[in-house]
Amino acid sequence: MSVLIFVETAEGKAKSSSLEAVAYGAKVAEMLGTSATALVLGDAQDLEGLGGYGANKVLHVADSRLNAGVIQAYGNVIAQAVEKENAQVLVVAKSALADTVAARVAGKLKAGLASNVVALPDLSNGFVVRRSIYTGKAFANTAVTSDKKILAIKKNIYTVTVTDAKASVESFNANLSDADFGVSITSTEKATGTVSLPEANLVVSGGRGLKGPENWGVIEDLAKALGAATGCSKPVSDLHWRPHHEHVGQTGVKVSPNLYIAVGISGAIQHLAGVNSSKCIVVINSDPEAPFFQAADYGIVGDAFQILPKLIEAAKAKL
Amino acid sequence: MKILVCITHVPDTTTKIKFTNGDTQLDANGVQFIAGPYDDYALSRAIELKEQFGASLTVLNVGTAETEPTIRKALALGADDAIRIDAEPTDAYFVAEQIAHICKQNNYDLILMGRESIDFNGGQVHGIVGEMLGVPSLSPIMKLDLEGNVAKMAREIEGGKEYLEAKLPLVLGCQEPIAEWKIPNMRGIMSARTKPLQVITPANPQELTKSVRFELPPAKGACKMIPADQADTLIDLLKNEAKVL
Repeated sequence: MSVLIFVETAEGKAKSSSLEAVAYGAKVAEMLGTSATALVLGDAQDLEGLGGYGANKVLHVADSRLNAGVIQAYGNVIAQAVEKENAQVLVVAKSALADTVAARVAGKLKAGLASNVVALPDLSNGFVVRRSIYTGKAFANTAVTSDKKILAIKKNIYTVTVTDAKASVESFNANLSDADFGVSITSTEKATGTVSLPEANLVVSGGRGLKGPENWGVIEDLAKALGAATGCSKPVSDLHWRPHHEHVGQTGVKVSPNLYIAVGISGAIQHLAGVNSSKCIVVINSDPEAPFFQAADYGIVGDAFQILPKLIEAAKAKL
Repeated sequence: MKILVCITHVPDTTTKIKFTNGDTQLDANGVQFIAGPYDDYALSRAIELKEQFGASLTVLNVGTAETEPTIRKALALGADDAIRIDAEPTDAYFVAEQIAHICKQNNYDLILMGRESIDFNGGQVHGIVGEMLGVPSLSPIMKLDLEGNVAKMAREIEGGKEYLEAKLPLVLGCQEPIAEWKIPNMRGIMSARTKPLQVITPANPQELTKSVRFELPPAKGACKMIPADQADTLIDLLKNEAKVL
């Protein structure tokens, strides 16, 4: 028996959400009295270092065809690793890739999948996890009743402590056929040099209150000064002021950073649904009646074009 | 060409969620139910493809009788016929098994649905169905075009998108901007009343997860207001009081 954690990489490095998943999975393994194995696909660096997050062992599938996130092949390899390790629980960090891959593993292994998990499982009466539902508006305590269980955890739900422990690394040859690569990725468009929004600990988001895409410089400058990712509201993405992958809300990206700063966003319920698991919310709006203030920890009423330069200056001076 | 679109029946996005019956059930009192917004994108693109290629278009919902207005609306928008699996859609594996069962009898070329339902946000059903049928499943798909039996797609990834090609059949979880939402016209609404809606009892019902109790998030404390002329003090507060910087 064991707990298996799928580690997603970007440019060969484990993503921070996956490192959190390793730490979470190691804790689940401890609760179950078993060991934690991390699974890494494709070219990757510092596999032993995953031991510092609690993995006892790392399974590495060094197949360069897995450098790109091919959903079917990933699902197949992970299912094989679950069988090989006789894993009772598979943990993944939620992402556009891991969600779809975990679903395939669930179908293949007939494993109950709980997504948007926000806490460690309660083992006092079966295997019950708390998960976020209705896009963050509520929680469900869900019993996973199948033998094999899959947990897709939300970001920023488990406190990671890093040690200098090293994991043993074992290479694993999974059986893959051409059918697993029936989908071809013809090209990729990706913003470079900026902080990824779903992975970010800090997010600065702009709304229609900024009046036009030409005014986004202040949002970008504040984000840069804080080391934050940039986001936007749905109208801003609908108006093509900003790309869709920056749209935060019910039908866009759901974020759960430590800090979410909303500038010129009124706070429609659909937007709040995408941000309500943020640890701290700051709202800057010229309208004192903006509903977003009711969901905020800190608020400033005023003109964003006067306030943001002050924040940028203060951030540069004090951080 | 045969297209299947699977739709969910979920509370409107503006709903204030409440629970009842000892927090074991959604309080549906006063809640407006709709087809999931992601499902609407899938259906809208399917209608466009039907018009372009003369495909047949079936909608499927796993739900009890109260979902029929949502299904009729999909028929009014342009689906040819509908299937309702008469059961509460409580678990993704269960729902996927029902969909896969229908797919195995009908050989659809494209099986479309929303990237996730907006009630449980699992985003699992397309993947499980794909696995059960042994065909690729992809999500979240934001662009879909067909050239013969090859689908050309764009899929959202973190910080951008990737372009994909694959042969049909495929299972796709869809999201904006794959198509513009459509509004039913009067002719559509009239004809929807007489379009076939088949009700089927669930096959092989089994659940792998069960929600035992629901909760609302704790109430948010008061918002601390900072005068605009002292905006720079926010950075100190975030660093030393909230400890998030």
